[in-house]
Amino acid sequence: MRYEVPVTAKEAASLLMKEKGKAFVLAGGTDLLVKMKAGVVAPDLIVDIKAIKGIKEIKKTATGFTIGAAVPCAALDENAALVKAWPGVVEAANLIGSKQVQGRCTMAGNLCNASPAADSVPALIAAGAKVVITSSKGSRKLAVEDVPAGVGRNNLKKGEFITAIELPKRAPKSGDAYLRFIPRTEMDIAVVSCAVNLTIDGKGIITKARVSLGAVAITALLVKEAAKAIIGTKLDDATKAKLADICSAACKPIDDKRGTVEFRTTVAGVLARRAAETAYTRAGGK
Amino acid sequence: MGVHVQTTINGDAVEFACGVDESLLDVLRNRVGLTGAKEGCGTGDCGACSVILDGRLVCSCLVLGAEMNGKSVETIEGMADGNVLHPLQQHFIDGAALQCGVCTPGFLMAAQALLRKNPDPTEEEIRFGLAGNLCRCTGYDKIVRAVQAAAKEMRG
Amino acid sequence: MSLDSHSSDPMNPGLVERKFKVIGSRVARPDGVDKVTGRARFGADASAPGQLVGLVLRSPHAHAQIVKIDTKAAEKLPGVKAVITSVDLPDYTNGDRSMLDILENCMARKKALYDGHAVAAVAAIDAATARKALALINVTYKILPHVTDVDEALKHTAPIIHDHIFTEGTPQKSEMPSNQNKHASYGHGDVEQGLKEADVVISRSFKTEQTHQGYIEPHSCLASVSPDGAAEMWVCTQGHFVYRNQCAILLGLDANKLRVTSSEIGGGFGGKTHIWAEPLALALSRKANRPVKLTMSREEVFRCTGPTSSTSIDVKLGVKKDGTITAAFAELRYHGGAFPSTWAELGAQTAFACYDLKNVQTISKDVVVNRPKTAAYRAPSAPMAAFAVENAMDEAAKAIGMDPLDFRIKNAAKEGTKSSYGPVYGPIGIGPTLMAAKNHPHMKAPLGKNQGRGVACGFWFNFGGQTCVDVNITPDGNVTIAQGTIDVGGSRASIAMAVAEELGVTYDHVRSTIADTSSLGHNDMTDGSRGTFSTSMAAIFATRNAITVLRNRAAKTWEINVDDVEWKDGSAHPIGKGHGNLAPLSLKDLAAGAGNTGGPIAGHAEITADNAGVSFGTHIADVETDPETGRSLIKRYTVIQDAGKAMHPSYVEGQYQGGAVQGIGWALNEEYVYGKDGRLQNAAFLDYRIPVCSDLPFIDTQILEIPNPNHPYGVRGVGETSIVPPLAAVSIAVTNSTGVRQTHIPMSPPRVLKSIQDAKAK
Repeated sequence: MRYEVPVTAKEAASLLMKEKGKAFVLAGGTDLLVKMKAGVVAPDLIVDIKAIKGIKEIKKTATGFTIGAAVPCAALDENAALVKAWPGVVEAANLIGSKQVQGRCTMAGNLCNASPAADSVPALIAAGAKVVITSSKGSRKLAVEDVPAGVGRNNLKKGEFITAIELPKRAPKSGDAYLRFIPRTEMDIAVVSCAVNLTIDGKGIITKARVSLGAVAITALLVKEAAKAIIGTKLDDATKAKLADICSAACKPIDDKRGTVEFRTTVAGVLARRAAETAYTRAGGK
Repeated sequence: MGVHVQTTINGDAVEFACGVDESLLDVLRNRVGLTGAKEGCGTGDCGACSVILDGRLVCSCLVLGAEMNGKSVETIEGMADGNVLHPLQQHFIDGAALQCGVCTPGFLMAAQALLRKNPDPTEEEIRFGLAGNLCRCTGYDKIVRAVQAAAKEMRG
Repeated sequence: MSLDSHSSDPMNPGLVERKFKVIGSRVARPDGVDKVTGRARFGADASAPGQLVGLVLRSPHAHAQIVKIDTKAAEKLPGVKAVITSVDLPDYTNGDRSMLDILENCMARKKALYDGHAVAAVAAIDAATARKALALINVTYKILPHVTDVDEALKHTAPIIHDHIFTEGTPQKSEMPSNQNKHASYGHGDVEQGLKEADVVISRSFKTEQTHQGYIEPHSCLASVSPDGAAEMWVCTQGHFVYRNQCAILLGLDANKLRVTSSEIGGGFGGKTHIWAEPLALALSRKANRPVKLTMSREEVFRCTGPTSSTSIDVKLGVKKDGTITAAFAELRYHGGAFPSTWAELGAQTAFACYDLKNVQTISKDVVVNRPKTAAYRAPSAPMAAFAVENAMDEAAKAIGMDPLDFRIKNAAKEGTKSSYGPVYGPIGIGPTLMAAKNHPHMKAPLGKNQGRGVACGFWFNFGGQTCVDVNITPDGNVTIAQGTIDVGGSRASIAMAVAEELGVTYDHVRSTIADTSSLGHNDMTDGSRGTFSTSMAAIFATRNAITVLRNRAAKTWEINVDDVEWKDGSAHPIGKGHGNLAPLSLKDLAAGAGNTGGPIAGHAEITADNAGVSFGTHIADVETDPETGRSLIKRYTVIQDAGKAMHPSYVEGQYQGGAVQGIGWALNEEYVYGKDGRLQNAAFLDYRIPVCSDLPFIDTQILEIPNPNHPYGVRGVGETSIVPPLAAVSIAVTNSTGVRQTHIPMSPPRVLKSIQDAKAK
């Protein structure tokens, strides 16, 4: 097992590309180390990307925010501008594990780990976030919802790794929210989760929306029907009921130690309604 | 293949060699001789191995020893100022905030990190700030009270 | 207050009413500074020169015949120093089936009996090598049908786990092997007749899932066996003498050749009362000729140490409209994991212990299943029985329109009541705890939306057992205590307080340590809430014996009769005529002169502490349940319990709070989840969900002091009773918050939401 600390993205991509054995990217390591300890993975090469210039920075740009792939989730809520623009994304990232885990874990890692229950992923999908993927050939961008390929699998190719996550610029009167269901108040994996991102007009009518569900299918879902159902409304009770029904209907969950199909399906609708209410209030709707 | 690391632990320059797969917790306990951080789970679920790494609270079981070059680590062994206990340590003793004591080093590091960021936390902020540390003896009651008392003393 | 220095028997436990100087104060514990600075050494914190790393290979199958174990490749791996299987642990148990069961649990012999059962172990120069060696061991299994559910195991169609188990205690001798190892019955009166007299009969069935003690420190030991057969072991345990005795038997050693030193213990709650991997570490060390450190992973702790039983319980109650209980019946089915146990029997004894009943019967069925051997868990078996019985009591009270607390007060046991398990009670605390609950401000506090309140009571026996203590006076006039019961929550402080009190000196002059097994006589383990009760009693007697020595030394110094020497406030005083000009001799004076008056000054006591004094508690829980998700959160919680005499009130409160929160976790979220393949699916803190800090409010406590007449200071055990009422109190609260009777613990959100939906559908 080898450990490398490249200082440029190009060097990192080259190390990953050239490795004949199993190469793993290390950012926060909160998934990788657990898997190594359990014997699930046995890396030949670990590429620590944290020394790459700029990769631990949050930048406000003309088109929104660029969050470096190695920014620990704990750093997100220390950036006031980011919290103001994307409270739902930040709260989702700060629900991953414990304060200790948040001191290390990253949204990029949460995404690449490709657990359907990843907390930050539905929030990023609802936000319309994109990732910047770097390889020795250059870089490309991909919508967050297109990164996971299945449970524990992602659509990155050999030699590629994520260097940043881009959040779009915020339109006025917008709000987002993320809710997850867990049995305790902290430290659990989401049994089901939902993120809602929306924009309203001067009259409080929803003009744009994105809704995403987590832990109810093999990857986090972008539920376009749910967004359609609330666009053009003021999120009245009938709309909320319809939203809940659509979200429940979109679920394709499994029975496991954390919850039943029946439970996940029912609670997905409940969370969608509650997350939409919070997002609507954050957007300034009444 | 092993790695050679130069780092700072509780203000002291420390050098060690370790395997790539060894965690910071393994290194602290088995190579540096600091056994105050405990392994309760090895998966980041219990907080007993909490240390402060470059100012951030982390589970040392989820950090590689190999990553420590040029870093600064604070552990429970460095919390007291010589013979003088930190107010958190003193209030944990005075307030009976420990029973078996195996989770105590982790709680103290987490409480230290919390109070640095938020010197006057509410009860709820303390409870959520310490939610990553499991204690099975106390029901957390006296731990929360000890942190409140220490915070008050530290605010002066 | 002076001891009656003329009392004929210093070993008389008779309670004398007295005012205390040290007892009842909140002193600092002797291990406090070490535990807040990281110095305290727990199980995994010790090392020995040349030590090897021990690891265990475990069965992935719930039930399988072990056809063959091939260890050759592992043995050949460089750095591997020993590989052992059951062949290396020959049967020295000499026909003692219970010891053979322990041996078989530590290392599977012909069959693997549960997911996680040890089948082989290795010792290697480092962890990486040991892991590689485990992977090189090739075990051939023949998979057998398995059963993990207690009710399924009792069916005729269930696979029989042990051919040698025939049900004990049935009216007719059983002729066929069975998964039920024991049948027992307790009670008095005529339940059938009582049911006929009832106006209302309540009949309910309940289930509770398996939980783990969840101590934060995994098991760890460091074993070293010398070529001459003498051995040492450093280990985290609740009873190092018991570990010594059992390991010596299993290894074929004389007990005096195995010295066991207890580490600081990072929680036990009953789970560290049994040996698990310790004999394996010793066997590895013996084979490798080097010290071996064997530390379990968290996954191993969940899969193969001793959780508590899952249960299935039926309760029937007959009540009259005036609140009289005419009949009480329960059948309790508990499993002991893969080995015979008596957990159901304990449940049957405790089930109705809070009540004064004319007609009562309990039947217990102890069952084996393909799960890890269950161990004690804080008041073992009582919480599940209380859950079932208290819910039936709550339902009965509501059925006759009576307040459930008043109903309990009307039927509470009292001094002179013949208990449902046999003995007649002396002075007890159930009535006072119920009255204290009735008068507690918590009962009058308003409830919010979706909130419910539950009240429940509980009982635990408390144990005494074998204990010995040495009290030594140091040459500078201070005091050291050697105690042999493990300190799990501050007992070293309490024991030092008792000695300081008895000796008439201040606490800071007295310090207690835990002696190793070669330095003190046998001590039973810290279980059954016996640690502080029995050890303080032995310490008080040892101190009185030391005082007798001190009085003799003073008499010798003064050249007067010992009957003319009184011990008071830490000094010897002359009494009687003619000694008026003799100045008192302090402990320091007598210690300094000890060399000239007969040598070192010490007192010893060896006792079997009887009559620990039963304990009762009543809890009040407020819960808020989200009707759309079924999630319940505790909003307010109050523990009221009898302590006899609270030696160190902070530590008594700590026991109340800790036990209550373990019970809350059990009530709401903790459970072992087994797959159809018989494998444990949630062997980690991530999915075995013990309460976290943000799940809870402060836990209010009220200590009642109803002295135990059989302890010199009136002390009762306090450690366990607090886990008995929470399952019941929280489930009654959720019943009230949802309007649906909760009969299945834990009340996880999917389970509660389903109960709400099912009730709506009706």
